[in-house]
Amino acid sequence: MSVRPLTLCDVTSPAPAAVPPQLNGPHRPAPGPAADEGLARRLRALACTAPLHDLDARKANLAGEYGVYAMAEVALAAIDLVTLTMDFDTGADHEQIVTRLLPRVAAQAPERPQSEHERVARWVLENLINVGSADRGFRVVYGTFGTDGAYVRRDYDFKLIEEVPGPGGTVFLRATDEAVNVLVGALDTDVTSAQIAAEVKLEVLVSRGRLADAQLAAEQARYRTVQYAETLRKTLDATRRNVRAVDWLNTVPDMIAEALDHVADRYRHENAILTNIRKVRDEAASGVDPEHKRRAAELVDIVKDCIRRHTQLQSRLLEAGPLFRAEQDRQAFASPAARSGLDLYGQLLAPVLTLPLERAGRVTDAFFARGTGLRTPSSVRVGDLVELLLTPPAEREHLGAEMPEPDLIATPDDSRFSEEQLASAMELLTLPADAPRRLSGLLADARLRDPELPYLVALLAVHAASPAVGTAYRQGESSLLFAVDDGTPLDDPGFGGADLIVGTALLDAAGMAADRSEGV
Amino acid sequence: MTDDHDVDETPAQAPAQAQAPAQPDAPSPAGSTPLTPADAADAARLIAFGLQPKLQPARDAEYTELLRRHRDDPAFARLADAVAAGLGLVVLEVSTRAGMAVTAADDSVFAVRMGDYARRATADSGDRFLHGLAHLAVAAMAFPRPEDLADDGYIGRVTVNGVDAFVRQACRRLEERAAEGGENTDPASDAPGLEAAWRVYARRTATGATKDARRLAGSTTGIIAKAVAFLVDSGFLQRTGDDAGGTYRTTPRYQLQVRDMAGSAAMTELLELGVVPVGDGRPTLLPPDDADDLELVADAGLPFHS
Repeated sequence: MSVRPLTLCDVTSPAPAAVPPQLNGPHRPAPGPAADEGLARRLRALACTAPLHDLDARKANLAGEYGVYAMAEVALAAIDLVTLTMDFDTGADHEQIVTRLLPRVAAQAPERPQSEHERVARWVLENLINVGSADRGFRVVYGTFGTDGAYVRRDYDFKLIEEVPGPGGTVFLRATDEAVNVLVGALDTDVTSAQIAAEVKLEVLVSRGRLADAQLAAEQARYRTVQYAETLRKTLDATRRNVRAVDWLNTVPDMIAEALDHVADRYRHENAILTNIRKVRDEAASGVDPEHKRRAAELVDIVKDCIRRHTQLQSRLLEAGPLFRAEQDRQAFASPAARSGLDLYGQLLAPVLTLPLERAGRVTDAFFARGTGLRTPSSVRVGDLVELLLTPPAEREHLGAEMPEPDLIATPDDSRFSEEQLASAMELLTLPADAPRRLSGLLADARLRDPELPYLVALLAVHAASPAVGTAYRQGESSLLFAVDDGTPLDDPGFGGADLIVGTALLDAAGMAADRSEGV
Repeated sequence: MTDDHDVDETPAQAPAQAQAPAQPDAPSPAGSTPLTPADAADAARLIAFGLQPKLQPARDAEYTELLRRHRDDPAFARLADAVAAGLGLVVLEVSTRAGMAVTAADDSVFAVRMGDYARRATADSGDRFLHGLAHLAVAAMAFPRPEDLADDGYIGRVTVNGVDAFVRQACRRLEERAAEGGENTDPASDAPGLEAAWRVYARRTATGATKDARRLAGSTTGIIAKAVAFLVDSGFLQRTGDDAGGTYRTTPRYQLQVRDMAGSAAMTELLELGVVPVGDGRPTLLPPDDADDLELVADAGLPFHS
């Protein structure tokens, strides 16, 4: 607001005296600025849709037959995707949006190659960002009547999808407020009240069982929730940066309490809606219309998502308190300054931003001239120049640095028994089908071969007490080792327990194979 | 050229220099020792050190010794200051922490010109403003409170993305204030010079995907990244990490430069434009108390001074 008095004071210095007679005067040249303001707002709203229409108008200019594609539809879908994907912290990934647009583009022209579909999706997304312009945004010129009755052409600058820096130098996409407003259709409205309105509408719709409308309203509520979270995120970020300007005694705690109340309120509200919809969903489940059921289920998901977003917002709000206190400590415990310096933000940056470009440029020029330090002028020697020009350019490493040969370390073999011992034990346990043996005899035999072998034999025998018959059957084995306990106690110096009868059972391999083929 | 000359001369003067410190030591109370060409060479050598802003005094024994001599020997100090003035340099401070902190005077051969800094800036007043603003914003972010700028021991920390977000936030605040008035504040089409400065910043993209995954030079983060890279070369910032588009910390020289040169120059220009930030005449210890234009913005969710 400080812009106005500054820029206008030279032009209409006796403004207070001049304006009233003009307003009451008999020959006002045009409808007053108040009436014009509504028009200007609608013009701006209209302008936000222009890039979408423009896509369809310009598709003819693309090399190739792109008439079949409905570009505005793809564009709206893209804005939808970006809005829903962008979360509290990050935005939507460029590639991911392109990928998720592909099915829709492909459906519009199924016979065309996929590379073309991808090209269309990219073209639409790039045009929504408006990659070609320096600002990466759009500008629409419209006219209004000023307070003095003069017709003024004005620039309206806006973005639909903006690129924001993400963690690790990546670039994310975000839908701007303008885009969300165009999408939701509620132009130029207050975020909070619109959200409440959307939720009330949803409740009414759900109670009347009109689920198709309810789903639309629920989606709108979610758009609003995203928008609201976005507004708060930006404000919190700002506070984090500029702690000194914050009234920690009263205003901030009040504000946080207010915001938490708001979240709690929404949470309660949305839970109530959730309960309502669940009831509708379950009633619909017993009813006849599966479409109804599906809608209700989708609705539950959407409202759940809203609740999730509110919870996320709440945790952010709770983190704000400790953050402020830490910053407060850091600044309160610092020793007082010996002399006071210039308030760079309050006295320079903030006033400069409000100035018209022409004047602001003079201040920033002055800061630049004195604030960049010095550069020693470089003087070139001919000898150096020749050498420089003759040096071949350094080869650019396309593949990155060479991978070092991995140094493999052999892991030590820590098996209890060796392969030979296993072979020996298996040989011992290879019993004829008609002559099973007692475990005690097997152990005695094993002890003669190798003092370690009885352990392995005992282990195998115990294993055989519960043979994997099913597995053997499936694998078409012809025989299977089994062990049975007939109640005889084992008499052995090293082991105790039951003296198992160990034997080999023959399996009917051919019959099994026949069974298997029948089963298939 | 000048410093090349100095450097070439030093080896020849090395034997003379050995006896030079010995001379003032004995008769320094009298202070009447005539200055020799060797002293002039030493003074010029000290200035040459000062012209290498990234060189830290503690890392170079000769630099440290010359700084000590500047402190202890008034005649030598005067000579060094005269050499600096003759070269078109302003001495900001001579100390072991900042070294021989010199900066370019107006019209000096050492001064940085906007045209050399950014090619596009000469043609486009919007770009010129954004480049200048980036430097101002980095300084404002590095020294957020007046106390920080005044406190010699303070080390500021900035990140590229942080600076961008912080200016954007200020712009948004102005946008909200403009919208609050209910008036149409969209700029007139045919008078680009009258467009409010914050609009120029707000409508420029913050970042942008490029084909080779480099930062988009024309985006605001690109412009800020250029500014901080330049300040690193000026010995004003030191890179500490890659987070948030690059993190940096300030050097004592930067504090001196902002406090004694840039801040006051920009302030003078602002006052000449008839813009008087209220409370300017006296120290601003607590910004919220003293400035009329620092009122809380209503309905901002969080209180924020713009």
